[in-house]
This record gives sequence, C-alpha cells and structure tokens, in this order.
Amino acid sequence: MSKMHVKLTVNGTAVEGLAEPRTLLIHFLRESLGVTGPHVGCETSHCGACTVDMDGRSVKSCTVFVAQAQGADVTTVEGLVNADGSLSVLQEMFREHHGLQCGFCTPGMITRAHRLLQENPTPTEEEVRFGMAGNLCRCTGYQNIVKAILAAADVMNAQKEAAE
Amino acid sequence: MKDEVQSPEERSAGLKGMGCSRKRVEDVRFTQGKGNYVDDIKSDGMLFGDFVRSPYAHAKVVSINTAEALKVPGVLAVLTAKDLEPLGLHWMPTLAGDKQMVLADGKVLFQGQEVAFVVATDRYAAADGVEAVEVEYEELPVLTDPFEALKSDVVLREDLAGQSEGAHGPRKHHNHIFTWEQGDKDATEAVMAEADVVAEEMVYYHRTHPCPLETCGCVASMDKVTGKLTLYGTFQAPHAIRTVVSLISGIAEHNIRVISPDIGGGFGNKVGAYSGYVCSVVASIVTGKPVKWVEDRMDNLMSTAFARDYWMQGKISATKEGKITGLWCHTTADHGGFDACADPTKFPAGFMNICTGSYDIPSAYLAVDGVYTNKAPGGVAYRCSFRVTEAAYFIERMIEVLAIKLNMDAAELRRINFIRKDQFPYQSALGWEYDSGDYHTAWDKALAAVGYDDLRREQAQRLEDFKAGKTRKLMGIGLTHFTEIVGAGPVKNCDILGLGMFDSCEIRIHPTGSAIARLGTISQGQGHATTFAQIIASEIGLPADDITLEEGDTDTAPYGLGTYGSRSTPVAGAATAMAARKIRAKAQMIAAYLLEVHDGDVEWDVDRFVVKGDESRFKTMKEIAFASYNQAIPGLEPGLEAVSYYDPPNMTYPFGAYICVMEIDVDTGEHEVRQFYALDDCGTRINPMIIEGQVHGGATEGYAIAMGQEIAYDDMGNHKTATLMDFFLPTSWETPTYQTDHTVTPSPHHPIGAKGVGESPNVGSVPCFSNAVHDAFRPFGLTQSHMPHDHWRVWKIARDMGLHG
Ligand code: FES
Ligand code: FES
Repeated sequence: MSKMHVKLTVNGTAVEGLAEPRTLLIHFLRESLGVTGPHVGCETSHCGACTVDMDGRSVKSCTVFVAQAQGADVTTVEGLVNADGSLSVLQEMFREHHGLQCGFCTPGMITRAHRLLQENPTPTEEEVRFGMAGNLCRCTGYQNIVKAILAAADVMNAQKEAAE
Repeated sequence: MKDEVQSPEERSAGLKGMGCSRKRVEDVRFTQGKGNYVDDIKSDGMLFGDFVRSPYAHAKVVSINTAEALKVPGVLAVLTAKDLEPLGLHWMPTLAGDKQMVLADGKVLFQGQEVAFVVATDRYAAADGVEAVEVEYEELPVLTDPFEALKSDVVLREDLAGQSEGAHGPRKHHNHIFTWEQGDKDATEAVMAEADVVAEEMVYYHRTHPCPLETCGCVASMDKVTGKLTLYGTFQAPHAIRTVVSLISGIAEHNIRVISPDIGGGFGNKVGAYSGYVCSVVASIVTGKPVKWVEDRMDNLMSTAFARDYWMQGKISATKEGKITGLWCHTTADHGGFDACADPTKFPAGFMNICTGSYDIPSAYLAVDGVYTNKAPGGVAYRCSFRVTEAAYFIERMIEVLAIKLNMDAAELRRINFIRKDQFPYQSALGWEYDSGDYHTAWDKALAAVGYDDLRREQAQRLEDFKAGKTRKLMGIGLTHFTEIVGAGPVKNCDILGLGMFDSCEIRIHPTGSAIARLGTISQGQGHATTFAQIIASEIGLPADDITLEEGDTDTAPYGLGTYGSRSTPVAGAATAMAARKIRAKAQMIAAYLLEVHDGDVEWDVDRFVVKGDESRFKTMKEIAFASYNQAIPGLEPGLEAVSYYDPPNMTYPFGAYICVMEIDVDTGEHEVRQFYALDDCGTRINPMIIEGQVHGGATEGYAIAMGQEIAYDDMGNHKTATLMDFFLPTSWETPTYQTDHTVTPSPHHPIGAKGVGESPNVGSVPCFSNAVHDAFRPFGLTQSHMPHDHWRVWKIARDMGLHG
C-alpha cells in the first residue's frame, strides 16, 4: 500500500514520517515514534487506554487515522510531566491516592483527566465520574481514580490562587 | 548518629515496613507512561503473527488454502496444523490433563478457534494475510448445552474415541470429561431424608471472562547462533511456562528464558498456555526473527480463558430452628471444547469443595461432572482461587433459599450456623482444615456498621409503600459471609503439571545496607515491588525504600509457580519472610562476633541487634551488612544472602462479611447500589492502602459479573459478547462507592500471619449483589433467578411476578 507523508507535533516536538493511509494514530505513535504511553485495550473506542489529547480535545487514538492528525498538536501522558521531568500534580495525585494498580489504563486516564480539568477546573465527584466514563479500568474500581482527580483539582486551584 | 536518638517507634516508622500504607514504587513509571508491557517491546526485524479463526462452533476443516495469503505484501509465512505436526506441536497438553489443538487439526470445536497463523512484517500486513487465507468448512451439529451434550450422539472429541478413562477417572459418555466426588454421599442423603426441612435449588453461575485491560500476548525470539529462546509474555506463571515450553518443544530448559514484563492485569486470564505462544515460538524458529503476537479484544473474549459456567444443583437440610444438618451439590461444569481449566492436578473442579462456606455443616457431598461443549476452553480462576467463587456463590445462595423456606432472617440463619472461633482449626465435611477465623465478630461488626435492623424496618416500610402504590422501587438487602481458600498450596496435594506449588524468594544484602530480592511470582498490578519490600523491611530492619524487588525473569528469579489464586502473599510472602529470617539469623552471629558476646546474648530490636541488658551496645543491620563483606568472621562465609523455597503447610482461609443495599425499579429493571459495605479479614495486613485498592477492584469486577457481564452464545455457538460493546465492564459512572472495613485474624501457620486478599472481594461481592436482587423480590416469592441481573432480566423477574400491573 502506498504511503503518505504525515507531519504533526507530539509532546511539543515536530515529527514526521511515512504511513499507510489506514494507519491508526495509536499505531503510529507506538510503533513508528516509540511513544508507548498510550495503550491498546480494545481498538473499538470503548476502553480509553489509547486516549491522547489532540488539538485540545481528548481522542481515542485507536479510532483516529494518523492522516486525520495531519498538522495536529498531540499530547500523550509522556508529555504531561513537568518541564524538569518531575511528575505533574495529576500524576503525583494518582500515586498519592493509589489511583492505579496494573498501570495499563493509567496513561489514558491521566491524559483524559488532564483535559477534564482544563474543561472543568472545579468538578464535583459526579462530574468526574461522568467525565471519565470513557476510560475503563479493570483494577481499581475507580474509587481512587476519582479521589486522585478531585485532589489534583484542589491542588491545582490552590496553586493558581497562590500565583495570582 | 541520628538514629541513635530515635525511639524504636521512630526507627520502625522509617522502615516503611508491614502495616504501613507505603506509596507504590511502581507508580513513578506507570504515571508517566514508562511501563514496559509486552506490546511495548520492539526489536530489529520483529514480525507480527495473527490468527485465522473459525467462524463456526463445530465444523470439519476440509481444506486450507494459503496461496493467496502468501502473495500479500509483507506476509512471510502461514502456519497450519500440517506444518506443526512434524514437530509434534499441532496439539499441546492442557493444565487439566487434557490436550488441545494449537491449530485446527481437521476440525474446529468452538467459534474463534485458531485455524492458521499468519506471520508478516507488521500487524496490518498480518491482518491482510488473515483475510486472504481460504478455509473450507463443513458444518457439524453444535452442542452448547452441557446437559444436552451428555445425551447427544454427536461426538465432539473424536480424538478421545474409545477412551473410557480420562485424566481424572472414568468417562461416562463421549462428551463427558470426569466425575469428581467429595464427601460422604450416603451419610448426607440419609441426613436429608430425616431432616425437618430441605431446600433445593439449581444455582447457575454463568460463563464470564476475566478481561484484563491488557490482552494476552508474547514476543518469541529464537537466537539461532546461541540456540537460546527468549520468550516475553503476559505470563502469570513465567517459570511454569518455561518448563511447559521446554517439555513440549524439546528445547532444553536452560536455553529458554521467559520474561514477564509489566502486566496489565491478569485476573486468571494469563495463567494458561495458549496457541499464540506456541505459534510465535515456531514462527521465530522458522523465520529466525522475533515474532510478536498480541490478541485483540475480540480474540481475547472469544478464545482465551473463560471463567465459571457451573450449573450447581443443591440441597440443604436443617432443623426447624435453622441448624444446618447437611449440604448436597451436583455440579454440571461446561468446560468447552477442550478441558483447559487451570486447576491443581488433583482438583479437576478446583477447590469447589470449599462450598460448605463459613458454616459448620456436619454432612456434605459434592459431585462435579465436567462436560465438553462447542464453546471456548478455559475455566480459569477469574480473580479466584480455583472455583472458590462458584463455591461461595452456591452456598451463599443456598443459605438464602433455606432462609426463605424456614421463613427466617438470613442474617440470623448465618449467625447460628457459623463455625465458632473455638472450633478452629476446623475440619470441614468436604476435607479442608480451616486455619483460623472469627466469623461472629466480623458479622456483628458488619451488621452494626450498616444499621441492619433499621435497614430491615425501612425495607418493610418500602414494601408497604410499594403495595400502596406510593413507589415503584423495591429495596433489597444483600448479605454474604464468605470463606475463601487460597495460597495453593502444600506440595503434598497441590501441583500443576507435576510442579509442586511452593514459591520462592531470594534476598541479597549489599555491603552498604541496601538489598535486592527476587521472587517466583509476578505482579499484575498487585504492587509486589512495594509490599514484599515491606515484609523484608520489617523482618531485617532495612528501609523498604532501599530494597529493590524483581520478578518475572526466569534467568534471574528463583523458581516459583507464579501469581494467581491469591497465592503470592500466602506462599511467596511466606518465602520472603523466611529468607529474611535466614539473613537475620546470620546477622545475629555477625553482630555477636562484632560485639564480642555469645550469639544468645544479643536480641533483635527493629533494625539492630542489641546486647541484652545494655542498649548502648548494638550493631545496626547496615553495619552488619558491611561487616559481612569486610570482616573475616570465624566459622561464617562472607556475604549476606539467603533463599527460601516455601512449601506451605496448609492453605489460608481469608473471610469477609459484605452487605449491599440496592434500590430496584420494577418498571425498568434498573438498579442503584445505595450502599456497599465490605469487611475483609485477610489476617495480618501488609499495606492497608493496597488492600483497600484490591477490595475496590475486586468488588467492581464482582459488580460487573453479578449485574451484567456474561459470555453468551446462541444455539449455533455464535459468540454474542465478543466486544466491549456487548461484554459489560462498568465505567466510573455506574460503579458503586464502597465502604471498606476489616478485622484481623492472623493465619496461625503463616510466618507473618497474612492470608491474601486480592480475590476475596470478587468471591464475596458476587453473591452479595445477587442476594440483594433476590432479597428485593423475596416478598413476592422469588427464590432463584440466574445472573447476570441486567436490567432486562430484572425487568423480567418483575413482569413474571405480575408487578407490572
Ligand atoms: S484501544 Fe482505543 S478505546 Fe480501547
Ligand atoms: S490500573 Fe489496571 S486497568 Fe486500571
């Protein structure tokens, strides 16, 4: 199959490569670029393990062709760490509140939660549960994921306030 | 020195040992996407394998034409049973003493069965190749009902024709696998004949699937120069896989290195040996390249490792006052096309004989008949210790059915039948010795915590309101008191393929007082790197943060049987404590030498040996570690390391009391879990944070199973639930909130008293949710309705009881 030339930004770095038009974004990220944070749990848009941030929206990268990401700005969990390489507030809160076990859903969870908190910086528990419902976890029963996200919102809001 | 002024409590806290909710060391990697799972493995020239699968549940394979597939760009090879036959690899042994086709050998026995293996340069080309393989099938009559299968003339397994003896005794019919009997049949039936009350019910625990978020997969890499095979895979038992691969492939075991990297959840799915592993190994040998095979979700739900599918016909007898006198159970077990259950060899129905539960039942009898049908093989322990889930569901349903018959409160019925604290160690009628328990205390604590009497009053009022037309919602109170049997197990009666089910730990203390420990188990999210270091920290007084923990590489880790059946803490955890104690014993001699006293004149104090009666004279473990490398100590070898292979004297018996309050809308069949209280007693608690996390996760899996999750087939054997669209995995939106609690009854035979907890919540929550549904409809005469209690089925209950008006 003939290949097309794709150019996009991944975690702040411009990348380009050749890909078949049918190549899914998740496979381009994982296999061509070696960005293996996002995972494949279903390939049918149900589990959210492949969630990445694309132009400011959460997308399931198993259901996006890399062709559709032409020119896009993509952020994966790898791109969420602080500039100095330390864990972001959200990542730290997942650790603090035991919001992960096997870790397989975690990159998608954190990437989705990151966007959720951009969309709604002060969510209620219910809003978190609803906003995260596109991401499945088989290990945690979500209790601590919800706690981690609410805690992250608090910390981030406090930081914002302190900065103002 | 700073630590000289610290109190023992402060020193102890600094270790982050047992009892501490230590944050997980794994999470720094996982939260930034730096885990290393099988599908993350990439190597030069790596190829991808993918299966052609059968669209039919039962058919003859007339021909397979691979010519077109081999023309597809990127496709390098297509393996069929014919290619594997010369190697003797077209069939493989199962864990249950049966054998299983690796690739269809003349016929297929379930939809989704592996027919051919396409090897290509990338996963897209492999999928193209799969499309291009032409297979001609001739359909055969399909058997999806195990009761029918036992009567049918249709022969599923021609390869077993004329074999009246299977791996577990006589076969009664060509579709029959085994009969397994426990207990005293005559005595139990005699008790039943004379009983005041006998309740009888068929309890079905439907077919489901562990469905970890990461599917099964492997990367096989045969190095033709060194003759070494490296096999990365999602293996819950890497050492056992190495031995099995060696036995079936003929490659010497020392030339095989099996590595389980990070595993994205297992729950029993990743215990078995699958066709994908065998085909990847062969493909790597054939092509000389590393070959990766990773299931997609459909492959996973259709072909690897279903769980449950037990039809349990039960009878329970009691006196008028409710004292249980006998339990009888006949189970028809649907094993699918091959018997690939993952159970210890001598237990073809696992530990189903724990089905007397938490109750002192003097007479009991259990028989299990295994049956072949046209469904996928498996029968794995989905977050359970070998059919304990089925056993717990059975007895906890039978108790409820008996309560109805006796017109008694089900909480009270349980209380008067619990094994009493002073009866432990307790010998059950079906052959187990329960190590320890205090059921009454746990039960009373649970009932008090939820305000049980008030709940019953509220429920009665609700019923009045419902009858008066004031509400359309019923209220159900689900009760469960479960007893598990985990930590398989004593080598004398537990083995898998002849491998005794001990486990192991090796600890090496470095000169500067840090350490590395390696175990025969493998974490799939349980946080072993965190918790096992805590055991060592408490035992030898080095901070958990200074202890690296490794598992999963058979070239470096000591041999062990792996992680499933909640066996890591009971068995490998014990090995860890024992290895640490060996180190402490040597450390004591070193300390005594350094302090110039007799060995018996020093005593252990948190992180040091102190001269008895003189606290100012001591040697810390750190100092001892250095001395062991730097001093010539008469009579002692240098260095400080130890290994323990631990053969547990008994299983452990965790237990718990769960209560669920559920609202059910009779018009829509929808439910709302208003409260879920889970009290677990797993003996000594190593890391409360992780225990609580395990309970959350297990209860959520249990919620799914009870309320909607199922592997369903139609009459043609078509798999109806092969995607996450149809196979219910709860999201954060519908998952209930849990209230956790605990009591602590240590195991008397475990070195640190721990019993294991990972599976308790799955075992306990399923009957609890199910009992809540049943309880809501109890006033209208419901005694038994099979799971899953999805909205449609609950709606049907209401309709069948005439509640829709
Ligand atoms: S892999 Fe994309 S949603 Fe599951
Ligand atoms: S932590 Fe394992 S799937 Fe979420």
